[in-house]
Amino acid sequence: MDSFRDKIVPVTSILAGVVVVWYIMAVILNAPFQRDLDRRAGETPDIVEFICKTMSQPKPTLPAPHQVAVNFFENTFLRSVTSNRSLVYNAWVTLSSTLLGFAFGTALGIVIAVGIVHVATLDRSLMPWIIASQTIPILAVAPMIIVVLAAIGITGLIPKALISTYLSFFPVAVGMVKGLRSPELTHLDLMHTYNASPSQTFWKLRVPASVPFLFTSMKVAVAASLVGAIVGELPTGAVAGIGAKLLAGAYYSQTIDIWSALVAGSVVAALLVMVVGIAGRIVDRAMGGRPA
Amino acid sequence: MSDLLSLSSITPRSWQGYAALVLLAGALLLWPLVNATPGYGIGIAALIFFLLLLAIAADNFPPAIGVVLLFLGAHGAAWLLLAGITGNEGTARASFYLLLAAAWLLAWRCVTILSALRPTSRWAATALRLIIPAIFGAWILIIWEAVTRGAGIPFILLPPPSAIGVRIANSLPILAADVRQTIFKAVIFGYVVGSGAGYFAAIAADRVPFLRRGLLPIGNMVSALPIIGVAPIMVMWFGFDWQSKAAVVIIMTFFPMLVNTVAGLAASGHMERDLMRTYASSYWQTLFKLRLPAAAPFIFNALKINSTLALIGAIVAEFFGTPVVGMGFRISTEVGRMNIDMVWAEIAVAALAGSVFYGVVALFERAVTFWHPSVRGG
Repeated sequence: MDSFRDKIVPVTSILAGVVVVWYIMAVILNAPFQRDLDRRAGETPDIVEFICKTMSQPKPTLPAPHQVAVNFFENTFLRSVTSNRSLVYNAWVTLSSTLLGFAFGTALGIVIAVGIVHVATLDRSLMPWIIASQTIPILAVAPMIIVVLAAIGITGLIPKALISTYLSFFPVAVGMVKGLRSPELTHLDLMHTYNASPSQTFWKLRVPASVPFLFTSMKVAVAASLVGAIVGELPTGAVAGIGAKLLAGAYYSQTIDIWSALVAGSVVAALLVMVVGIAGRIVDRAMGGRPA
Repeated sequence: MSDLLSLSSITPRSWQGYAALVLLAGALLLWPLVNATPGYGIGIAALIFFLLLLAIAADNFPPAIGVVLLFLGAHGAAWLLLAGITGNEGTARASFYLLLAAAWLLAWRCVTILSALRPTSRWAATALRLIIPAIFGAWILIIWEAVTRGAGIPFILLPPPSAIGVRIANSLPILAADVRQTIFKAVIFGYVVGSGAGYFAAIAADRVPFLRRGLLPIGNMVSALPIIGVAPIMVMWFGFDWQSKAAVVIIMTFFPMLVNTVAGLAASGHMERDLMRTYASSYWQTLFKLRLPAAAPFIFNALKINSTLALIGAIVAEFFGTPVVGMGFRISTEVGRMNIDMVWAEIAVAALAGSVFYGVVALFERAVTFWHPSVRGG
């Protein structure tokens, strides 16, 4: 296992390389349009001036990193939080449906896993369908779920959360089935010699054994849940949320807005995964786990 | 035989059987089945009751005949119920649902018996492994059909599966064109290029430890990000046609492949690597003869993950702009025109394509990693 210090230099140098490549690509990709502009304006800028211009177009093909950073900073920190151009507001809209969907999905996943572990019929008949359900490109269903639920008067958070639920229940269900079955035969036998009832075995052996699996799969689930919430916002006609910002940016060619919405989405994803990871570590420690 | 079918033999042996008997009695009390004329003919209704009673009684028969009778009784009754409700939409009464519930309970009993079976021959075990989930799937469709028709749910909200099936049969040319555009152009190209790029990047990262240490944390982090969001950018860069969708697919499939291959290349044990060293094998010999085969399960895991990601990426990218063909395009426009049955048809095709894609990758995996314990079933 590489230590943190071993990683930090390669990671930062690769990230720096990405930024450099990004700048070069920005110049190359924006150059044709800029040349066109200059020709029409009858200007003949020198090379340095030209490069600066390619990086300050209002609707560039590829915005330079600093343009995205400025836009992100303005829309995050300088705008009032209630403005619908504020990224904080939009991220909050997406986050709320992500969290609701994640909560539903985790609960559903756990219930399914408990059912599968305890009822043999469910194991044989439901498990193949759970796996098959993920080969279906479910995001394709998103527009329909939203339009249909809107037709029967359910709008707002719930439809988006349902899509997140569908995406996030699977990792939890699969992880929890594995986790609830992780106690070894000797442990189960020990519970048997204690004359433990099935519910005692469940609460005192299976549940504690499954907790590490739960948090690992919750990390995957929360990221999937965010993707569901973002895609769920696309067909609502760009009202609010990160997905709506993406769609609005695509309609009006506001490339800088698209990129800063992407950055906002990535920040939210990273924060969510981190929070789940920290929660997992706290629970692990509270249960008496020792750092391996 | 007459003894077997006498009334006294209809004593259930499972709680499902007792519950089904109670539901049957309830259905008789709440007669008729539908609020419509002519509704169910008396002969059909009697046949439904007979089939259900037969299924309840079948538990007392020898297991082999019992399971078959249980299966035929429950599903025959369900089929008659569905056939009768067609044309009488929205008129179902409590009695109809009670009979349906009875049939469902008996099918559950049938599945319970089937899953308790421990067949000795391999052929039978495979058949069982397919039949049990198939019954479950069939009942989702049966209940969907019965509820949408029975309660008269408007087609715009949720069309019954039979209507979707008719829609698929009637619009095969459109669906074929969409599949060609989305899957054969965008998905396959993007999947091959994206997975291939991830694979070679992983080998490069393996050769240069500096790259590996840098790329792995980044790859792990990127796989948590909502990469699907680059779709509008790609549509702007590469235009409305399939190239932009392929670009989204490439980006989405690259990182899972990278992370999994790097993990797989680390999977071969020290002992085996030392053995290769004693053979004085070069880096490339070790790579091709030991480490890549050892990484195969990881690589196929990534290929499986990517098979679903690729479809999702291509379809969602089409929401941001396409020529007037393609699965994502069809879904978003037909939703707007409230042709929900066409949307479901497209989803069914997408689901089928996704499962076939996954299945092909899984078959390849079995063929290539035949030596792996999980395939040998040791």
